[in-house]
Amino acid sequence: MEQHPASDVEPERPSAARVYDYYLGGSHNFAVDRAMAEQAIRILPELPGNMRANRAFLRRAVRYMIAQGVRQFLDLGSGIPTVGNVHEVALDEAPDARVVYVDNDPVAVAHSQSILEDVPRATVVQADVTDPDTVLGQARRHLDLDRPVGVLMVALLHFVPESAAPASLIARYRDAVVPGSLLAISHGTADQQGDRGPAMEALYSRSANPLVSRDKATIERFFDGYDLVDPGVVFVPLWRPEPGALPSATPPERTATYAGVGRLR
Amino acid sequence: MTALRDPGQPDSGSLLGRRWAAAIGDTSYVTVSDAQLAQLLQDLVDRLRTAVRAEPPDTAVAEEAGAALVGAHFTGVDALQRSIAMLAAELDREPRPRTATWTVIGAFAAGYTRALRDMTLTEQESIRRADLIARTRTEQALRASDARFRAVFSGAAVAIGIGDVQGALLDVNPALSEMLGYSADELRGRSVLSLVHPDDVADVAAEVYRALAEGGREHVRVEKRFVRRDGEAIWGLLTVSLVPGEDGEPGYVVAVGEDVTDLHRLQTTLRYQAMHDPLTGLPNRVMFSERMDEAFETAADDARLGVLFIDLDGFKIINDTLGHDIGDRLLVMAAERLDRGVSSSGHLVARMGGDEFVVLVEQSGGEGEVTALAEKLLAELCRPCQIDEHLLTVSASIGVVERPISATDRSELMRHVDAALYWAKADGRNQWSLFDSARSEAEAMRYTVSASMPAGLQRREFYLEYQPITDLDDGRLCGLEALVRWRHPYFGAMRPDDFIGIAEDTGLIVPLGRWVLEEACREARSWADLMPDPPFVSVNVAARQAADPALVDEVRAVLEQTGLPPERLQLELTESAAMGPAPIDTLHALSELGCRIAIDDFGTGYSNLAYLRSLPVSSLKLASLFVAGLQPVPGLDGDVDAEIVATLVSLARTLRLTVTAEGVETPTQVERLRALGCHLGQGYLFGTPMAADEVRKLLH
Repeated sequence: MEQHPASDVEPERPSAARVYDYYLGGSHNFAVDRAMAEQAIRILPELPGNMRANRAFLRRAVRYMIAQGVRQFLDLGSGIPTVGNVHEVALDEAPDARVVYVDNDPVAVAHSQSILEDVPRATVVQADVTDPDTVLGQARRHLDLDRPVGVLMVALLHFVPESAAPASLIARYRDAVVPGSLLAISHGTADQQGDRGPAMEALYSRSANPLVSRDKATIERFFDGYDLVDPGVVFVPLWRPEPGALPSATPPERTATYAGVGRLR
Repeated sequence: MTALRDPGQPDSGSLLGRRWAAAIGDTSYVTVSDAQLAQLLQDLVDRLRTAVRAEPPDTAVAEEAGAALVGAHFTGVDALQRSIAMLAAELDREPRPRTATWTVIGAFAAGYTRALRDMTLTEQESIRRADLIARTRTEQALRASDARFRAVFSGAAVAIGIGDVQGALLDVNPALSEMLGYSADELRGRSVLSLVHPDDVADVAAEVYRALAEGGREHVRVEKRFVRRDGEAIWGLLTVSLVPGEDGEPGYVVAVGEDVTDLHRLQTTLRYQAMHDPLTGLPNRVMFSERMDEAFETAADDARLGVLFIDLDGFKIINDTLGHDIGDRLLVMAAERLDRGVSSSGHLVARMGGDEFVVLVEQSGGEGEVTALAEKLLAELCRPCQIDEHLLTVSASIGVVERPISATDRSELMRHVDAALYWAKADGRNQWSLFDSARSEAEAMRYTVSASMPAGLQRREFYLEYQPITDLDDGRLCGLEALVRWRHPYFGAMRPDDFIGIAEDTGLIVPLGRWVLEEACREARSWADLMPDPPFVSVNVAARQAADPALVDEVRAVLEQTGLPPERLQLELTESAAMGPAPIDTLHALSELGCRIAIDDFGTGYSNLAYLRSLPVSSLKLASLFVAGLQPVPGLDGDVDAEIVATLVSLARTLRLTVTAEGVETPTQVERLRALGCHLGQGYLFGTPMAADEVRKLLH
């Protein structure tokens, strides 16, 4: 019953959303976030690169979905949608698109709200993605679930441990949308990482938000009920690179991230 | 961004844009495709060339170009370094003084830095604002939740107290203050145990401590007494919960509860009412039953138990004549006396209902102790009771059972004490009767016999034997006494002594007697076919038959049916049957029919000789007891019996009655009976009872 002091402005805990922003070169972050990000970079220097690759996949996936006629997007675990966010990509391509962002970080949600103040076609919902009833209940107010939806689970599922049954979680979202809907997943992996594998596992498990790396077959099974579109589940830079893209000096597997898109049967 | 594009540029220029893009592409996340990026950078290169060529060099354009690089989200600082390295080499090719190139590159760097700084500050500003908003919302939610909690806490009808793990109260709600009569300030800091009733402190401490500390349970319910500020004791029903602190260790104790004094009082009253008789205040049947069960459950191996079942004698009459009010007051008085009578011993006295009481003697010291108690209670109850103007005296009958607990069970015990009470009543009341298994077995047999009698009649299990009655003067056979026998399917051949008494008690003697009469008369009628002057038949008539006015019609009907002449039928009645209240008219009627009437077992009852005179009796039968006395036994004086027989015979002769001696076994007896003037004799000497066909052979 004692009042919590409202004076301490600096947050005492890092947030995954702000750390992600830092990796992307943004300044929507605090000292605790940067300290944590730098600590991770010391162990895995390619982390910012991986995050950029993830972000680029998100952009390509949204463009692909728009090209497939999808006009509604549900971005699960959207974080702080600053650079290259879904609504900018989508509305740039199709002005009639609608976007619902979902995150449980109150700061990320507050920030998203201020960004989206003047964007009536995009909205943000504060909810935990592992609570599909609440998420879908809120999303239904903005999206027409009788028409196809692009569901985005980019850099999300490796935060969901086995104990939270990721496959059945995915199935809950799958069962809420109609055939023709598309699902995009990108997911951290220890596949083909050689000596770096154990280091990554160690880093992931030490983190405040522990990460779970999964192999390719497991991630493919996440698309149960969906038809994987070409080229299937691949390392993230290899998923439908844009025409005219510059050749990269680093091999694709260095991203340690798989990506894929499926179409609901 | 396409607006920046200059369509007039040669292809070699766009190559430069791609080179630049390749150099800085991996420094930052950019939102455009590689092709778009190359185009953007090509535009910038073209504009910077123009800026260098200008006189003086156009720093404004150069600054804009630097800012545009940030606009494309090249926020990684490597991007500036690599851009300058590439641009410096490229712009150096322009035919301009070096200072012009440096001026333009400096302006480009300044423009980039300024834009990056602006962007950083803006983003920091926006994320701080977002953080503040989120924080404010959280606090608002917290305040709202806190306010809701406060409202619940203050407004709750249930009492709530929050204490530390040492048991000191930290906060209390108004309901708790009101329940205990202390202000919230007075309660804060006080030990919870100081509010518990002194008798319950140890229990509360133990229960709560055990449940919360040792058992690991998070809740415990206690129903205990508390003391209000005004000293009144109240009952509180509390649920005590342990709330962990932020470190996971037990932090607070929360007690939620209510004053259940009224409920408790009601429960106590209800329980008392359920266990007690409202009239006398004694424990009732339910409580007796519970104590009895407890006694059986907790008994030591060698423990003995006694039960007294008490019933007031004649209570119904008092109730019916003086009214229920007097009856009730008498019951109250009897209850008080019983209670007083056993209170020192600690035995349970309960009212079972009506005028029945029961005493449970736990840890009995033996039969003697329990029967002594019964004796004492009888004496207590016998003293007269003064109720208003009535001085009432009641007695009681008490059934007593006493035995080792291990040798019995509840239902047997109650059955036996019930039987014992019945005996005390049957044996004349105002007494106790100890249960006796031999008596019980005899009664059980009586019951079996009486229960099987109707079926025995139906199945023709009864049959008759005949014993000769002989003239003492000439040894002639003058009559036969019909004796009933029962070939019982379970007990075998039974003599009349075994079942006639039972038949008289149950009333079955009436149909049995009718059958005997019919059978005997039919048989006697057949004797006339065998000889010219056939003997009479003598049939026993029980008191109960004699009391039935229908007997006369029955005899008449049987005589008519069988055709037996009335003078050849003798009816034998005992003294008590003949002297009973009803029979005189019946006997006269039977006599008028022409039947003989004999008094059986004469001399064993209390004969009213004056009355005997007026009865239409034709014969007396001397009990074999007297006849046995006519046989001198060495060392015994037989003369008294001889004189009695002489007197009886003389009496009979005076009344002109025939005398039959029973139980004649020796010629000596015959000699003396004849000398005394006795007419007829019956006994083993003349013949044992025999079957009907043997009689016929004898008469033939």
